[in-house]
Amino acid sequence: MSEQLQTPEPLDEKTQNELRDYALYSVLRDSVSDVEDLPDGLMRLNLGPSHPATHGILQNILDVDGETIVRARPVIGYVHRTFEKLGERYTYNQFLTCTDRMNYISPPMNNVAWTTVVEEILDIKAPQRAQVVRTIINELSRIADHIICNGILGVDVGGYTGFLYVYHFREQVYNILEKMCGARLTTTFTRIGGLEMDIYPDFVKDVKAFLKDYPKILKDFNTLLIHNRIFIDRCKGVGPISAKDALAWGYTGPNLRAAGVPMDLRKDAPYLVYDKVDFEIPVGYDGSVYDRFLVRIEEMEQSMRIIQQCIDNIPEGPWAIDDYHVTMPPKEKVYTSMEELIYHFKLVMHGIKVPAGEYYSAVEVANGELGFYVVSDGTEKPHRVQVRRPCFWYYQSYPELVENGLISDAVAVMSSLNVIAGELDG
Amino acid sequence: MTNLKSRFANSFYHIEENRGMVVVQARKEHFLSLMKSLRDDPAFGFDVLMNLTGVDFLGKKETRFEMVYILLSSKTLSRIRVKVALAEDEHALSVIAIWKGANWPEREVYDLMGIYFDGHPLMERLIMPEGYIGHPLRKDFPIQGLGEDYLVESILRPVKNQAAPANQEEPTGNR
Repeated sequence: MSEQLQTPEPLDEKTQNELRDYALYSVLRDSVSDVEDLPDGLMRLNLGPSHPATHGILQNILDVDGETIVRARPVIGYVHRTFEKLGERYTYNQFLTCTDRMNYISPPMNNVAWTTVVEEILDIKAPQRAQVVRTIINELSRIADHIICNGILGVDVGGYTGFLYVYHFREQVYNILEKMCGARLTTTFTRIGGLEMDIYPDFVKDVKAFLKDYPKILKDFNTLLIHNRIFIDRCKGVGPISAKDALAWGYTGPNLRAAGVPMDLRKDAPYLVYDKVDFEIPVGYDGSVYDRFLVRIEEMEQSMRIIQQCIDNIPEGPWAIDDYHVTMPPKEKVYTSMEELIYHFKLVMHGIKVPAGEYYSAVEVANGELGFYVVSDGTEKPHRVQVRRPCFWYYQSYPELVENGLISDAVAVMSSLNVIAGELDG
Repeated sequence: MTNLKSRFANSFYHIEENRGMVVVQARKEHFLSLMKSLRDDPAFGFDVLMNLTGVDFLGKKETRFEMVYILLSSKTLSRIRVKVALAEDEHALSVIAIWKGANWPEREVYDLMGIYFDGHPLMERLIMPEGYIGHPLRKDFPIQGLGEDYLVESILRPVKNQAAPANQEEPTGNR
């Protein structure tokens, strides 16, 4: 079999120069010219906003020369829901519902991120039981997120079967979430100061069943794709990025680690119980599609290692702190005691007061560093909430990754970056 | 921190430590040279721009806007927060030549907050549609939008002299 199937004819030098001038013509390759201004022989192709290969409402305007992309320009904002403006009108606990809808592939991680950040501001610590449960749910949803990313990458490059193998286990994670808090997607399962409620009785059993079955299927998935010649041809060396460039663009998470930078907030600034569990950070070499795929596969293995260490050690005890300025008093006390009734009323009607100041705090979600910059004026509602969305920072480098590549590679690169429209637009 | 103090004493108004992160209130006239040395100087080596945002302090502070930059050193993993105060119509300085990742975030701040960045090659709206009037994240932007007539059609074909209704009452009963 030839090394590369259907290599396009090399362009002559004059055409190459012309095309390069055209690409540089719009500064930073971002502005878009009229279709009439396109040089001869180029065609404008709209990939999206609604397209099976964009998984979400993303638009890419590609100027193509045959099969080769000369210029790419991502257009974003189709899923903008003004979370940052909403945050200024919501109390700290209400804003939790917005975080569900950011990265809608792994919403519990965003819940955990927001509550961890607010708890850090308030200088309180959730009880150990809540922390361990949060860690387990965190890693389960990281697995679900990586299943989607890697599975769909397979679908996009023509290997549908692998996706069907692992998709069942994403369903299992969602079933656990549903049993836990009643929702599959809009989980809102954490509260500032702990959890919404205790875990359900069969939680440990369900997670263990997942841990028992999933590694076998993941192995099948790997043999279907990792050693598949077609898959390798489509992915290896496609859309690479150097470590220096990745850092300059503000990459975080698996995409940065695939470029060979072992940065992970779970190790660098441990939160929850990540400093007590044993796990490793996988890194890649060239930041190409294949490396990003492998890094995510290995991260799933490491996540399972973390869950394995946590699942037998969920401590007994309360799942939320006992401070009724922050968490809801139990219902039976509200109905029988005046003081608790007042606390309940104050929390529901006014919310939690957060000391004035400016805070930035971040945690590691499936896509990288999810940070919140909170400006508080001492009241129950933040003066300003800004969300550092990992997608937003790395997706801007998309033109650099796909230009001079083939259209089909553009789809593979977009899949492997794991761009989630909800997180991207905020 | 002491190193910073001695090296750039005239580049900032004050410097403090807030929950383990050094916070610098920079002077705008020295801002770009400060940022450049923060990246290039091996003593600091802040090679990653982690976050970039603007805050509207309408009625809370004398200078209305503030730009906030959070830098990270990939070697030492230390972080620093640099803040620059901006008056109402003042332009900010773009750091796109120092960290190219500032491209979209600066456009987002321009789009939603209305702060113009000098030195950015393409100051256009990023998230709101082209031709949209107003900057939604400003504190004086009416929550309900710019009046009842502001429909999709008018976003697509904006009427230039359409102004925001003054002192529109906030809707009650959101709880």
